[in-house]
Amino acid sequence: MQRKTISTTLSVLFMGLGQLYNRQWMKGILFLATGLAAIYLSSVIGLSTYLKGLITLGEQPSGLVKVGKITKMVEGDHSIFLMIKGLMAALSLFLVGVIYVLNIRDAYKVGKERDAGVAPNNFRQSLQLINQKNFAYLVLALPAVTVLFLTILPLIFSILLAFTNYADPILPPANLIDWVGFSNFVKLVSLKVWSNTFFGVLLWTVIWAILATVTTYIGGILIAVLIQQPRIRFKMFWRTIMIIPFAIPSMISLLVMRNMFNNKFGPVNEIMRWIGFDGIPWLTDPIWARVTLVLVNMWIGIPVTMILAIGVLTTIPRDLYEAADVDGANSFQKFRSITMPMVLFSTAPILIMQFAGNINNFNVVYLMTDGNPVNSNYQYAGHTDLLVTWLYKLALNQSQYSFASVIGIIIFLIIATLSIISYRRTRSYKEEDMIA
Amino acid sequence: MNSRSARVKLGISYMLLIILSCVSLFPALWIIMSSLKEGNSLYSDTLFPRSFTLEHYRDLFEKTKYPLWFLNTLKVAVLSTLFGTFLLLLTSYAISRFRFAGRKFALNTLLVLQMFPGFMAMIAIYVLLNTMGLLNSHWALILVYSSGAIISNVFVAKGFFDTIPKSLEDAARIDGASHLKVFFSIIIPLAKPMLTYASLMIFNGAFLDFIFADLVLRTEDQRTLAVGLYRMVSQRNSTEFTMFAAGAVLVAVPITMLFLLLQRNLVEGLTAGASKG
Repeated sequence: MQRKTISTTLSVLFMGLGQLYNRQWMKGILFLATGLAAIYLSSVIGLSTYLKGLITLGEQPSGLVKVGKITKMVEGDHSIFLMIKGLMAALSLFLVGVIYVLNIRDAYKVGKERDAGVAPNNFRQSLQLINQKNFAYLVLALPAVTVLFLTILPLIFSILLAFTNYADPILPPANLIDWVGFSNFVKLVSLKVWSNTFFGVLLWTVIWAILATVTTYIGGILIAVLIQQPRIRFKMFWRTIMIIPFAIPSMISLLVMRNMFNNKFGPVNEIMRWIGFDGIPWLTDPIWARVTLVLVNMWIGIPVTMILAIGVLTTIPRDLYEAADVDGANSFQKFRSITMPMVLFSTAPILIMQFAGNINNFNVVYLMTDGNPVNSNYQYAGHTDLLVTWLYKLALNQSQYSFASVIGIIIFLIIATLSIISYRRTRSYKEEDMIA
Repeated sequence: MNSRSARVKLGISYMLLIILSCVSLFPALWIIMSSLKEGNSLYSDTLFPRSFTLEHYRDLFEKTKYPLWFLNTLKVAVLSTLFGTFLLLLTSYAISRFRFAGRKFALNTLLVLQMFPGFMAMIAIYVLLNTMGLLNSHWALILVYSSGAIISNVFVAKGFFDTIPKSLEDAARIDGASHLKVFFSIIIPLAKPMLTYASLMIFNGAFLDFIFADLVLRTEDQRTLAVGLYRMVSQRNSTEFTMFAAGAVLVAVPITMLFLLLQRNLVEGLTAGASKG
């Protein structure tokens, strides 16, 4: 029988046996130890009960139970704990599975080499090989573990919540949580109380994202063109002044703006009255509140587009404009047929990403209006709430965790669609093997 | 005639620039003036107060735990920046430079992770920490910010590494330099502009996060500046507006200075991030 068949079979039977057969003692012992440790731990801790917990989410709620004549408090199953532990167990099982597959692959490869008459590496050679050929894995190990436990695990947990009934009034430990499949999704679009809010908020989110993106984009380009006019002096000075809104932390400037637009005492209305207009209910009228958000967002967002547009403008060759001058074009024509196409061409990819960013623009809405003014037809949402701020309110103020997760998944789907359209075109994503 | 209309146009351009500058600077000017005026109300009939006072700044240090919050914030932000930049550097360098099995998968995973609303994971972590009773720790914040730093900056950083010619490293390797040697003495010095940009972004994010920090930090002693400031506005309902103004100025000044000083790096980073995804 061929050595590769024997070593592979042995490794399939138990981790490390194939390596031992291949006379790679140290490697074999390491694999063997890992395998034994995994089996020992899973039997001691009771891996199967954890996995079972993930499926049932508990069978016995905490509460008063009558034992004989006395009622006493009995600590039952805590569904959230069971879910977390089950997830951890599943994740560890997955990691062990990966090591198991690696072990089989290794046994097969070394066996094949021995069949070909190549002596297997000793342990030191293997280590050196790792340092040379698999340096990337060595480097990526730490970030991978961090992301796995701090981002991926919570996200999976969050996604799983969308398929449970974890929402006020069903809260552990007093109640048990159950898997409910897609019923939250169905409720969101078909149950009147939820669907009203959902479609209303979704519509405003889309309108907001379009308005916010277009206004900042056009505004930024116009200001860039204004500053970059050949006859304007002190360009650096104007540019620095225009960048200031970007440099001030947006959290601070938004809190400041909220006070500036205060109906009664804010300076904006003060100035309006001074000019002779009536004060405007900036933040308390549903329509005006939305207008205010777009205006404030322009103040914050224009500098970024301006910076990008100035970068593009400096690369447009002068002779294009000179040629246009010779042909007798006026400045508007020059702007329309030279500047705009050039800027559009090189900044179009970010337009989609800015749109996606605006869908998720939590800070502006949360800090300016907090979703208010209240809309009495909505479930826990106001006139200016976006999907993200609604998600936040649902989870943290109303304990409607399952619905919040459903909204999160829907936002993900929207962003994912947009990103697939734009990312696939960028250089960083395409196979960029130009680093020859 | 022609020169006259050109002069009128130039005049209009300057006028527009001046108006826009006023709009751009007004909020900053207003909040600084508010922090210096007497009394504690939002309303004032003039932009420049009739008499100036530093009382609100003094109150901030004597009546609130501002200095403590400042130290907390500095600790969280500095440590997050260190860890976050380190992790980001490792990840983006490995993904940019090595062709290993599973690379495409790693890229796609990062891409997908980027698309979830940032605090969907945060809320989950909050629920996890809450059920495990681990709330109110600065380390929870630092770890989460560092991990988030990888996700949100990896494509900018990778795009930057892609532009460094590989021949540089190859030459060093032929001379017998190890992977680590190449990394520390060639890659890191070259990556300085990107590192500046990324670490500024991470620092900024950690310094100013008031959402997750507000969830995790439960006692007043543990609070960060952003949380303290946010609470000051939302709870006391603008009755101590001038004190909030003083606090806002103190938080904004260092960050604004940092941004303006590092303007060139920022512009480069933004442009790179935009064209390379």
